[in-house]
Amino acid sequence: MSKKYTKDHEWVQLDGDVATVGITDYAQSQLGDVVFVEVPEAGRQVGQGDDAAVVESVKAASEVYAPLSGEIVEGNGALEDNPAMVNEDADNQGWFFKLKLADASELDGLMDEAAYADFLKELD
Amino acid sequence: MSEKQTFSGNRGLQLEEPLIFEIGSYQNCGVDLDDVPDVASCLGDCAAPGNADLPGLSEPEAMRHFVRLSQKNHAIDAGLYPLGSCTMKHNPRLNEKMARLPGFSDIHPLQPQATVQGALELMDDLAHWLKTLTGLPAVALSPKAGAHGELCGMMAIRAAIEAKGELATRNRVLVPESAHGTNPATAALLGFKVDGIPANAEGRVDLAAFKEKLGDDVAAIMLTNPNTCGLFERDIIEIADALHAVGGYFYCDGANFNAIVGRVRPGDLGVDAMHINLHKTFSTPHGGGGPGSGPTVLSDRLAPFAPLPFVVSGEDGFSLVETMGDARLGADENPFGRMVAFHGQMGMYVRALSYMMSHGADGLRQVAEDAVLNANYILASLRDVMTAPFDNGPKAPCMHEALFDDSFLKDTGLDTLDFAKAMIDEGYHPMTMYFPLVVHGAMLIEPTETESKASLDLFIATMRDLVKGAKEGDMARFKNAPELAPRRRLDETQAARNPILRWHEPTAKAQAAE
Repeated sequence: MSKKYTKDHEWVQLDGDVATVGITDYAQSQLGDVVFVEVPEAGRQVGQGDDAAVVESVKAASEVYAPLSGEIVEGNGALEDNPAMVNEDADNQGWFFKLKLADASELDGLMDEAAYADFLKELD
Repeated sequence: MSEKQTFSGNRGLQLEEPLIFEIGSYQNCGVDLDDVPDVASCLGDCAAPGNADLPGLSEPEAMRHFVRLSQKNHAIDAGLYPLGSCTMKHNPRLNEKMARLPGFSDIHPLQPQATVQGALELMDDLAHWLKTLTGLPAVALSPKAGAHGELCGMMAIRAAIEAKGELATRNRVLVPESAHGTNPATAALLGFKVDGIPANAEGRVDLAAFKEKLGDDVAAIMLTNPNTCGLFERDIIEIADALHAVGGYFYCDGANFNAIVGRVRPGDLGVDAMHINLHKTFSTPHGGGGPGSGPTVLSDRLAPFAPLPFVVSGEDGFSLVETMGDARLGADENPFGRMVAFHGQMGMYVRALSYMMSHGADGLRQVAEDAVLNANYILASLRDVMTAPFDNGPKAPCMHEALFDDSFLKDTGLDTLDFAKAMIDEGYHPMTMYFPLVVHGAMLIEPTETESKASLDLFIATMRDLVKGAKEGDMARFKNAPELAPRRRLDETQAARNPILRWHEPTAKAQAAE
């Protein structure tokens, strides 16, 4: 399935009932050089919109929100050692965490790629 | 521009200066001391082996070292320092003279109170001024910085909620998106859940969004007024009333009190707690020049929970209430504890009161008016070439700071950081950048009341010339900046990703020592 997007510039890629979450390329370009990342530990329960991870750049510190509710199954520990990965490959290797979905219907509220592209045009 | 290289590394009379560990030698000493006789060590296993390798310098060497370092430091004493939200304003020398009076500077917090009556009276006077200026009945003098004062105010709020038995249910704190980062941090530290309130198109709290978030679980709002966009929150009384109606407390971040002191009393706006940065509003030094001080004023509802110690006066003069068992505490008084070991920053109390008394009430009012006037002069003089996101024209002035965004740099290939670095070459400390976060590429300029019109005019002309250069595509002036500072542009990314936190002996010296 293709990626879904939030207005907070997170992307979601679903595989079975596990969603991989990252921040979009637009988000990383706005943040500038990322210098610190904190990802959640496996087992943590998050609600939709809850703070799930932290990303800090030379300009700002920001939360990464859980786009969907569920249980964290894995945080991308590699980012904590190499935060530059968020800038270099936000869409793939720069993923933040994976969570097991609690409610698949929440996906319907997210944007598809075309809708997100339109959303970005509005911001510009 | 060609860069002339010199043999010494010095540039004219701008001298290179190594670290003190690199120039000192433990064989040298500034004074002649007798050899220490052999004594038995009491340290046992705790004694560090080998030489401590403390840098030894003669007196002139030590003087030169620190004078040279001080010359590399930009300070308000050296030039305009327009850091928005930080309020870098002149520290009057009279305050320094007063703070050095031996009755204030040579006393000890454990000295008998009968011998420090003057200092206690000064604390009482300062408390009186702060309570009068804010229209609130109690003040905790002891917090040692703005964020510490925030913590004090929120601890008083937490204590009041706990006294009502509502701590388990009243646990949400509302914080506007434009808030200082310390606000949500303070709320989170005390175990509250932080809930953001969006800003409206004007840069103020979105009143409708705020009201939607109200409920029985709201402990407090933490609102800065004037806010970090440099705007007065004009709905503040309605916000306070709605919050009080659901049983919440109003914490006002008083960091920007310097814009309204003498004109507005926060107590009249419904504020329950507010910290006051003596180092901003009342001109005590800060930013490496001296410690902060964040006295926190409290409303009637919070006064019973004010922390220890505080000064009281009676037949025997002034004294401190320092313990929970003190008989002078009333039945309804229940201090939540104390913020610091002793009484707070005495030196800052002296400076602040000196500032208040030398200005008088009318002078303090003029301080606020001139700070606002200067900021508006900058806004009015730059609005045609830079972009001010919440600028509603001459009839809707900003407060003490003028906020610009980076849209005037669109299509120039330059960003806020480049613009700021070019300001350094022009001899200006850059303004606050990328804060508040609600504005893209924010540039927050706070000139303060102590800059003259001539000083502001030169700053404005320089900024206009920089904007012209940016729009004409003079990339080198920005991308290469700073070229004239002691160091060129630093790699902030590497500094943050791979910080070097320990000094290591330079290799050459290490080899020579072997």
